[in-house]
Amino acid sequence: MKIRQISIFLENQPGRLSTLCQTLANAGVNLSTLMLSEAGEFGLLRIVTPEAEKARAVVEKAGYAVTEGDVLAIQIPDKPGGLASVLTVLDWHTVSVEYMYAFACRTGRAIMIIRFNDLDRAIDVLQKAGINVFKAVDLFNG
Amino acid sequence: MIPHLWNDLEGTFFPESALDYMPESRLREVQLQRLKAVITLSYEKVELFRERMHAKGLKPADVHTLADVSKLPFMVKTDLRDTYPYGLFAVPMSEVVRLHASSGTTGKPIVVGYTAQDMEVWKQVIMRTLYAAGYSRGDIVQNMYGYGLFTGGLGLHGGLEGIGATVIPISGGNSERQIMVMKDFGVTAICGTPSYFIHLIETAQKMGIDFKRDLKVKRGVFGAEPWTDEMRQYIESASGVKAFDIYGLSEIIGPGVGAECECQDGLHIFEDHFLAEIVDTKTLAPVPDGTEGELVITTLSKQAMPVIRYRTRDITAFETRPCSCGRTCRRIKRISRRSDDMFIIRGVNVFPSQIEVALLKTEASLPHYQIILTRKSGLDQMEVRVEITGEMLSDNVGAMEQLQKRFGKSIEQITGLHALVTLAQPGSIPRSEGKAKRLIDQRNEPN
Repeated sequence: MKIRQISIFLENQPGRLSTLCQTLANAGVNLSTLMLSEAGEFGLLRIVTPEAEKARAVVEKAGYAVTEGDVLAIQIPDKPGGLASVLTVLDWHTVSVEYMYAFACRTGRAIMIIRFNDLDRAIDVLQKAGINVFKAVDLFNG
Repeated sequence: MIPHLWNDLEGTFFPESALDYMPESRLREVQLQRLKAVITLSYEKVELFRERMHAKGLKPADVHTLADVSKLPFMVKTDLRDTYPYGLFAVPMSEVVRLHASSGTTGKPIVVGYTAQDMEVWKQVIMRTLYAAGYSRGDIVQNMYGYGLFTGGLGLHGGLEGIGATVIPISGGNSERQIMVMKDFGVTAICGTPSYFIHLIETAQKMGIDFKRDLKVKRGVFGAEPWTDEMRQYIESASGVKAFDIYGLSEIIGPGVGAECECQDGLHIFEDHFLAEIVDTKTLAPVPDGTEGELVITTLSKQAMPVIRYRTRDITAFETRPCSCGRTCRRIKRISRRSDDMFIIRGVNVFPSQIEVALLKTEASLPHYQIILTRKSGLDQMEVRVEITGEMLSDNVGAMEQLQKRFGKSIEQITGLHALVTLAQPGSIPRSEGKAKRLIDQRNEPN
């Protein structure tokens, strides 16, 4: 259920993001999705890739500060109110979302990558509510 | 007994170190005799010194006591630049067997020379340094000081060979290889700059190597840059390596002017070769023992390039208590700052070492940092760039902002000044010779 997410520290300077992406490209790492959060003069780039191990090794070797954590990939009903309904369920069970971003997939399903304050409780709540939480293997092959 | 076999004996006494224990009256006699000789030599052979003596109306014969040294003219770093390359040499080049040079960040470097006897003295003071730190034959020593024109690498190398240690002349850089060699070669002791070793501790952690469990390194001699007691505590607790301070500067001889003994309580000056004074940074008059001031050194035995009353810019004080190790040569307090490192911002005196202490109070390990001074609409600004490591990084932007704030608060508590703290990518602060350039002053540059 848990998807590995790699977070990389980037200075908010021209060219830093492109240099990092080039590093990953040279190593043949394909990014499934990513989110860049910026806070003034620095930013955190979060990436999800089927090759998390390799991605981490490559960026660490290139000298970046790297950390990682788990996120969930959740299918959202693709209609007005779809996301709201999922969030309502989580809210009822006081599971908080720290941040989320979209996952692009070929099948056209709406999938969100979500970071929770309590991942295990989130899995439990979502599954009981019948909301589709993807396994890594299904996510990257879908 | 054959003297050169003494090192094979069990025990901790080594003939070279005997000079560390010379009775004080004898030591002062030796110093005075050598001082007179070096002044005569300089006066005869070095034009710059002779002219300065003339300007003060002094002759070598005017020096009768050790206290008379305070009448003599000072020398400063620019004197070495102004006489580049060989203007301060007191012997013909045919007597000079080695040249070293300091990396000049601006313009020409400074050049220093050694006769064969100077090389022997250098080796001896390094041997005394190493013995004082508990090194001996049988140690496998990884020397991480830069080899080449820098005096650090080859300076330590000579003394390490002298004590009969197994030397690994690895020089600086390539951190993962350093750790690999440390592990595979069974290294028991190291030499290098403290900031680089702290970086290696972190490298080892990343490689999944536990210094205390996986490596045999027991002691380290660290120098070539000012460092603090907080850094020592970190090194010793994080790596289990007992960390000894060594002091020296290329202008005098290189490393080996002074060193810590097993008490780690100040650095013994090898006074039979170096006459140390401490003077007030403003009046340049000698200060009473125990009072802080600028360290001034006269070489007592150097032949190729004798240096009289060299202003080191290093701030320290004499220790007044005798050392419990029994050595009679005097100690200076560890040097954690240099008078020319000090900067004045908005009327407040700040030393980079204060910033270092502030950063260490926030994070367990000292991150690489750089202080950048700028001027905006007539107001001085201090920016402190701090390199982020994987250990410090959190996926939470808020937590990173908190870290940034904690750094700022800690700096403000210690210096009383507001600093703009910026978090920087690893490796983005330039390093040279393993020394990081701590201070960039852009206040007088056009915007």
